[in-house]
Amino acid sequence: MKQIFVILVSAILVDNFVLSKFLGCCPFLGVSKKMDSALGMSGAVIFVMGLASAATWPIQHYLLEQMNLEYMNTLVFILVIAALVQLVEIILKRYIPSLHKALGIYLPLITTNCAVLGVTMLNVDNKYGFWESVVNGVGAGVGFMLALVLFAGVRRKLESCDVPKAFQGLPITLVAASLVSLSFMGFAGLAENMFK
Amino acid sequence: MAEQKKGGHLKNLTNGLLKENPVLRLVLGTCPTMAVTTMAANGLGMGIAATVVLIGSNLVISLLRNFIPKQVRIPAYITVIAGFVTMVQLIVKAFAPDLDKALGIFLPLIVVNCIILGRAEMFASKHGPLDSVLDGLGMGVGFTVVLVIMGSIREIIGSGTWFGIALTADLITPMGIMKLAPGGFFLFGCLMALANKITEKKTGKPAVGKMDGCAGCAGCANKEICGEIEKREEGEN
Repeated sequence: MKQIFVILVSAILVDNFVLSKFLGCCPFLGVSKKMDSALGMSGAVIFVMGLASAATWPIQHYLLEQMNLEYMNTLVFILVIAALVQLVEIILKRYIPSLHKALGIYLPLITTNCAVLGVTMLNVDNKYGFWESVVNGVGAGVGFMLALVLFAGVRRKLESCDVPKAFQGLPITLVAASLVSLSFMGFAGLAENMFK
Repeated sequence: MAEQKKGGHLKNLTNGLLKENPVLRLVLGTCPTMAVTTMAANGLGMGIAATVVLIGSNLVISLLRNFIPKQVRIPAYITVIAGFVTMVQLIVKAFAPDLDKALGIFLPLIVVNCIILGRAEMFASKHGPLDSVLDGLGMGVGFTVVLVIMGSIREIIGSGTWFGIALTADLITPMGIMKLAPGGFFLFGCLMALANKITEKKTGKPAVGKMDGCAGCAGCANKEICGEIEKREEGEN
């Protein structure tokens, strides 16, 4: 149980996917302009990351490891994620149209989001069990949401700033991301000491 | 592009180096750019690995471009790319285990690197094999050059060494922050501003100044979706 909490806290705060592992930078920079799209995108990411962690664990353990095909996991995982995203989209469209309307256009973006493939790879690298994997997936998604929502606020302030011409647009956004990332470094060592 | 002259082929090669540099101008593949450039050698290794995948996948996709149905092209491209990534991964693991350890999950994550899928969609699916290979080589070298520059700056300031050789390590206390995540974001922002400044002087208008809509996926396969999100955001304004 303690292990689960340590994984959760480190996935959300200490090893935040965007701000300290550089996973999912593209949507972080692209979709953080408006609070609404930030929430929609990260909602979809939490959902897919949790599902992908749950779906790839049995594939890794009961299929690839049994047949000594671990080296194929990059190829298999990306296809599983792509299929999963399609499936989720179809199911949502059919049964929960309101959720589909909110998350729908963000779902296809997620297939090529390196954070989703990254979390399944990290689950394998860290030799997590099934529940640990799922918690890591959801935690990483929540961390992504936290980063995106915080940064959407920063960008709103940034819009009204007088920025040197060469820095306008993406460069100043990256410098602001650097400062947000600096503040997240304050969480270093939190997970190990929190549950002593 | 049968009627293209020799200069045309060469143009495909040099396009990726400066005019359409994948990192600084097209803003593709931002994640590995910032993540692996803590040391110059890692940047070089990552750049070469991505170049190999890019050339291979561009060649195969360009050869298959008339056989892949349009509706399933993205999964087909991803499968081709993932095949090449797995090969590169095994080769690096066998011959450069240290590099494999340093790059960690970013080596398999070349699969979802926007540069590779972006070039498959924007270039290889529309051009012949020779042009596609040259485009892949040019883009790959452009990517590698930026990674090595970023890696060098971060290594020299962050640890006082360059490719592992001590430079200023004994003279000045290295600024460790450059090796960590904030340094990566900061330096990338500054380099992009520099690229803006240079092109602005040359052409009179900034290059990536207006890339604030959907930065990362500007050139990738999901462009249409990004446009939709942007439209939605504009509608709210």
